[in-house]
Amino acid sequence: MIRYVISRLATAVVMVLLATLVIFLIANTVPGDPAMAALGDMQASDPVQVREFRARWGLDLPLWEQYWLFLKRLAQGDLGISISSRRPVLADIIDYAPATLELATIAFLLSLAVGLPLGVVAAVKRDSWVDHLARFVALIGVSAPTFWLAFIMLAIFYGQLDWAPGPGRLDPIAFPPDRITGLLLIDTALAGDWETFRDAAAHLVLPSIVLAASTLGLITRTTRAAMLEALNQDYVRVARAKGLLARVVVTGHAVPNAMLPVVTLGGLAYANLLTGAVMTETVFGWPGLGRYTFRSAVTVDFPAIMAITAIVAAIFVLVNLLVDLSYALLDPRVARA
Amino acid sequence: MSGVAVPVAVPHPRPAALRWLRRYGLAALGGAIILAWVLAAALAPWILSYGPNTVDVANRLKPPSAMHWLGTDALGRDVLARVVYGARISLAVGMAVVLVGGLFGTLLGAVAAYARGWAEEALMRVTDLVFCFPPIILAMAIAAALGIGTVNTVIAMLVVWWPKFARLARSLVLTQRSLEYVEAAQSVGFGPAHILVRQIIPNAVGPLIVLVTLDLGQAILVFAGLSFLGLGVVPPTAEWGAMVAEGRELVQQWWVATFPGLAILSVVMGFNFVGDGIRDWLDPHARTR
Repeated sequence: MIRYVISRLATAVVMVLLATLVIFLIANTVPGDPAMAALGDMQASDPVQVREFRARWGLDLPLWEQYWLFLKRLAQGDLGISISSRRPVLADIIDYAPATLELATIAFLLSLAVGLPLGVVAAVKRDSWVDHLARFVALIGVSAPTFWLAFIMLAIFYGQLDWAPGPGRLDPIAFPPDRITGLLLIDTALAGDWETFRDAAAHLVLPSIVLAASTLGLITRTTRAAMLEALNQDYVRVARAKGLLARVVVTGHAVPNAMLPVVTLGGLAYANLLTGAVMTETVFGWPGLGRYTFRSAVTVDFPAIMAITAIVAAIFVLVNLLVDLSYALLDPRVARA
Repeated sequence: MSGVAVPVAVPHPRPAALRWLRRYGLAALGGAIILAWVLAAALAPWILSYGPNTVDVANRLKPPSAMHWLGTDALGRDVLARVVYGARISLAVGMAVVLVGGLFGTLLGAVAAYARGWAEEALMRVTDLVFCFPPIILAMAIAAALGIGTVNTVIAMLVVWWPKFARLARSLVLTQRSLEYVEAAQSVGFGPAHILVRQIIPNAVGPLIVLVTLDLGQAILVFAGLSFLGLGVVPPTAEWGAMVAEGRELVQQWWVATFPGLAILSVVMGFNFVGDGIRDWLDPHARTR
């Protein structure tokens, strides 16, 4: 088991490095020029200024030297300086990550809390109204564009009904708590500032529902399919024949066996939520990693793009590893193999 | 898979038509939606009274009315006309991405599975690598770097699109090549290229068709997303994602952003219905999914 984990971790490191190399090559072979993007039109037309800018950011070195520099700094935990914000990329990321982490985690918990029971009940009571509801929810979740769903929710619950607060993490007039973790719910709770806590929670409702929608759809659909399959197995028939309560058959026999595909999907879904919140963050004015990534991509901010790629690839590889390890816990046969 | 069919309570016999409707009704509905969009997109100039870029500032931001069925946007352009013209781009991009990406990925995966050895190993590691990136981030980086434009966005999407086809094709071919008919073809003296293209791929094509259909919807969704972020089409091109972006501040004039979004939703749902229908038709056991 330990050897398995170590070899998987080693592969993970290689994958992350390869990922950064790929993005580095893509970023360098395409026509976009960070010097032109960062300097204004006036400065960009002056060859001396352009040359100085390139020298300052190491853009005039040969490609392999640029990549080597990136690796050397990465090994020291230095992600470089963002060209557009002129601050260390790590500091930028530490600023933006908590907003995304908070939103993605709540969205993930929401989609599990609704999707799992809905999928299980839909499979047990097949073709009932619950089943139809589950399939409808799954369909809307996977078919509706996130950015549009975000607009509709804001238009209805903020614009028309005024039940929910508008974009942003807090009311513009609210005092943000002292930054401890950057997660507003935790920071306000630690400060005992329940007024702001309520405000932060209210601001989270709409964006987390929107962000959860597609994950919720996938989890419902996968749970339902896995449960239908499990309920059709011989061991369930045996359990029923033994006269076990229907509830016991479902929760004790079918559900544990149906969880493998759901865990795989859930892990990937969480990684996607952490990295793919761009649309939701854009519509809800959420100062998170998605927006930061988008801005870095548009301004061809090499150091920021490289750092984000490394982090994103690391998240995905780690989540995959955790998923595989949890297989071993859920299914003893995997651990023995 | 359960081995034997156990006699359960026999369901009430239903009339054949009702049974067909229950099984393929949604697929037919999906097909009708797609067909309607294709026709509307093809006939757009003849069935609409306004062009997609006819500016009429005097009538800006008018709610839906008899004149403008879906209202007008901030420049007084007819939302209905823009939605219908938008279908041209979305459908074309969806087709281009899925067909080119699908063909490329399928060939690569099939060849890898058939060749085995280091070629297969190298290929699958490359697909793993692309899988490491969330597609939208990679596409975003490429689209931003190449510059904004429909063709560049399609290129960016293609880069991230082919691996899932490579994986599926590889696993399908691996399953097929161990079957007896392949051995038979080999013993008759057919070469590997012939066996792969004429024998294995036709036998394995079912799940690929399902993936293509479901993926058409996904590609349209991703393209609309990139457009929404400003990385898809160049204004003033009528495109659904870009239209939602233009209307997203207009909470009071809800029609500007709502209708293009509904258009995306309907097309994606249509492809989902058709894809699920084809899967049921190819494999009745998969109905449980």
